[in-house]
Amino acid sequence: MPALPLDEAGKYVAGAYLVFLALVLVYVAIMAAKLQRIQRELRSLAALADERRGGGAER
Amino acid sequence: MRGLRTLSAATVATVVAGFALVFFYAPLDADQGFIQKIFYLHVPLAIAALVGFMVAAVHAIRHLRTNDPVHDARSYVSIHISVIFGVAVLVTGSIWARASWGKWWVWDEPTLVSFLIVFLLYATYYPLRYAIEDRDRQARYASVFAITAGAFVPLNFLAVRLAESLLHPRVFATAEGGMPGSMWLTFGVSLLGIGLLWLTLVRFELVAKDTSAQLSRLRRALEGSPRPVPAGGESRPSTPQPAPDLQANRAV
Repeated sequence: MPALPLDEAGKYVAGAYLVFLALVLVYVAIMAAKLQRIQRELRSLAALADERRGGGAER
Repeated sequence: MRGLRTLSAATVATVVAGFALVFFYAPLDADQGFIQKIFYLHVPLAIAALVGFMVAAVHAIRHLRTNDPVHDARSYVSIHISVIFGVAVLVTGSIWARASWGKWWVWDEPTLVSFLIVFLLYATYYPLRYAIEDRDRQARYASVFAITAGAFVPLNFLAVRLAESLLHPRVFATAEGGMPGSMWLTFGVSLLGIGLLWLTLVRFELVAKDTSAQLSRLRRALEGSPRPVPAGGESRPSTPQPAPDLQANRAV
């Protein structure tokens, strides 16, 4: 006879796997935020490079 | 970035296959029933976290030997991901304990308390590391910590195995029949999936740090080089730079 009946054990098993899924999703969200920051930085650098190229051409 | 896409695909496929085996193939445990399914997640996470701590120690040794910041970055990221896995181990273990023993935590159980000690030990890595401002000293002290704590992990594991377990089941026990082949297969695939997940997250983190470091270098190069002076005005002063991240320029 198992320690817990299926209906009782199911919520604990679901809870454990959902916690794991939540941790992975939180990590993915943090990485997505980092990626956005990197993208913003890259855009500003590209703008800076364009500005320099434009300034150099004027001179 | 090489191979990261393949690694990610392999990780997703293995984790999905592992979970499918857990719920559709592995038989119900005669003693614990359905609650034993947590074991296929909890134990691989614990193994991945502990092995990750030891991997961090190996990178720390390489860092002290070569003084290459790449190894310091790898050691840092290995500890970082292993600590996250450690959180998952503690939470899934508590859920299993609640269902199986009726308590979220048992203080006189050596397996639980020893893992908590290892986890708390590594939780002190961050304040230790960031309490030191000088980057070289910071990396060296962090490496010494990673080696010392990394050596503690197998010793701790051995001590727990030698100790008499009060309640916590022994996963790799050879006595009492052990697990049938179908459970071993499911456990093996789950372990492989979680191991690949650890490796993928480490690689992702290293790629992110490497990209940030390259961007900082690019910004310094662009803002540091002589600028053309616009007509009728001075060139804009360069913006102050935040402290650079880990110098993981060749980390991936």
